[in-house]
Amino acid sequence: MSDPVTMLKAAKAEGKKVVGFYCVYAPQELVLAADALGFALCATKEEPIADGEKALPRNFCPLIKSSYGFAATDKCPYFLYSDLIVGETTCDGKKKMFELMKDFKDVHVMKLPQSNLQENDHQYWLSEVKLLKEVLEEKLGVSITEEKMRNAIRVLNEERKMMQELSSLMQADPVPMSGMDMLKLMWGRNFVFDRSDFAQQLNGIIADLKESVAAGEGAFPKGAKRILVTGVPTGVGAEKVLKIIEECGAAVVYIENCSGMKQFVTLVDENRPPLEAIADKYLGIPCSCMSPNPKRMEMISNLVNEYKIDGVVDVIWQGCHTYNVESRILGKHLKEENATPFLAVETDYSQSDVEQIRTRVQAFLEMMD
Amino acid sequence: MRVVAGVDVGSTTIKVTVYDGRAMEHRMVLAGWNPREEAKALLTKVVKEWQIAIDDLAAIVGTGYGRANLPFAARPLTEITCHARGAEYLSPGVRTVIDIGGQDAKAIRLAAGRVEEFVMNDKCAAGTGRFVQVMANALGFDVASVAQLALKPGEEACSISAMCTVFAESEAVGLLHRGHSPRAIMAGIYAAIASRVIGMADKIAPCGPVVFTGGVARNEALGRALSERLGLELVVPSKALYAGSIGAALYAWEQGETKEAND
Repeated sequence: MSDPVTMLKAAKAEGKKVVGFYCVYAPQELVLAADALGFALCATKEEPIADGEKALPRNFCPLIKSSYGFAATDKCPYFLYSDLIVGETTCDGKKKMFELMKDFKDVHVMKLPQSNLQENDHQYWLSEVKLLKEVLEEKLGVSITEEKMRNAIRVLNEERKMMQELSSLMQADPVPMSGMDMLKLMWGRNFVFDRSDFAQQLNGIIADLKESVAAGEGAFPKGAKRILVTGVPTGVGAEKVLKIIEECGAAVVYIENCSGMKQFVTLVDENRPPLEAIADKYLGIPCSCMSPNPKRMEMISNLVNEYKIDGVVDVIWQGCHTYNVESRILGKHLKEENATPFLAVETDYSQSDVEQIRTRVQAFLEMMD
Repeated sequence: MRVVAGVDVGSTTIKVTVYDGRAMEHRMVLAGWNPREEAKALLTKVVKEWQIAIDDLAAIVGTGYGRANLPFAARPLTEITCHARGAEYLSPGVRTVIDIGGQDAKAIRLAAGRVEEFVMNDKCAAGTGRFVQVMANALGFDVASVAQLALKPGEEACSISAMCTVFAESEAVGLLHRGHSPRAIMAGIYAAIASRVIGMADKIAPCGPVVFTGGVARNEALGRALSERLGLELVVPSKALYAGSIGAALYAWEQGETKEAND
């Protein structure tokens, strides 16, 4: 029963609906409130890139090429068994990819505003969230009631609180868990069938880590350099830079990006009308597709202080223009606000530049000696 | 007597610096097919002149491309850290180091002798020693003449746009067929490399004094092109080639001190 295909088949046989998404802007409460299973779709492995390039330009970012390669070849079981894909307009590449995807899959694309700072941005996004609710109701043949939404909000807020608690344990020195293990844990969350099972697992891990912290045990020696990783999603399969950092002896104590803590740091307000509260939580995500994106700068500055960060590493996929440009803004901001060393690494999913990245990461760590 | 060594195993050459706190000895050899053995052989030869063996060295610091593959070196440090330290030793007060080696180009900004910020080329050999070599070969220059290349009065450099080694070679060959002189084409290649390297260096806001290190620093013609594009004078110390191994030796010296103190 353990492999995803078997589990998905069984769930579908029981009449469960499956919704796939690519981005943390997709409001998971609505999927949960629709009694459907929601999964983040495969997008971070190198293998399907060649297939992706059959339809997409080579100089696209590897994440889009990987996503499309997985989808077009039925190699992602979650995509294969999805009744609906929820896309979003975070960048031009994805926007156009979803158009191609519509030829062989039911895709609904949520249109993001360009900014999250003005009231009209919020009004616009709220209408998109309302539309998603209607689309889900129609496509999955369900009714998403206020009560179901409130329940879903509570369940996912509890999970976010646990993730926050877990993450805050990484403030300890020595750090109780490696960044790679933290990544795997957060990655695993994307493929959870039963949220209460996952909550139980999380509770167990939190208890273990608390014990480690109390005993002064760590995944790295006390005093190891403490690194915050930000930028593009670096999920399992695309964790190259994280792995190099830890192989060089520094600890990744906070993963700020979308495959990390980005989606867990804010809650949905349980005291407001559900749709509005959901819309506002998601629009508040500090992604580089927002222009401008001051929230990311403020948040990283605060994290640098809270987690006693020695250096920030910004990972950028080749072809990801928004994160690439924002890297300059972030580097300058960190220099002025936190006087924190900053390293930008532009790369893709291949292993061809591992040694060059290793040299840069090592030199970056030597800088802090 | 305490003697230490810095070993810089680059992609093309191996450089060794031996240091006893006063005297410094430098030696270079091509990396060949077995850089680890070449490095060991070179180091053995140099220390022999000091009437000691490798085992008698108080500390060895390895740097460069092959730094992790030196079993006899106690501690690897990156070429970025070592070039900065070596450049500071060769030219005290340096603020920016431009280091061009066989397969990479780096710009490092220093503050009080320490690395403050750096950039390095990624995934591409454009603007490196290898690139110069391929182009020089394609145009029929030998190493010495390509480094001394200067345009005659009234002669103009060709404009080269491709920076991929393979495409730049075809572009250069195309220009040859159209009747341009190898000299004008090579001058164009230098201008293109300078644009590329300084474009990268601009990210760390280079300021003077600027020191040019690494194997390519011996190429005067490229040095002039870099200096022109940078708008700053480029200092090329006579030991520029050894900046990495000098930095490594200086770190080894400090390490040697602690080792002796612990003994």
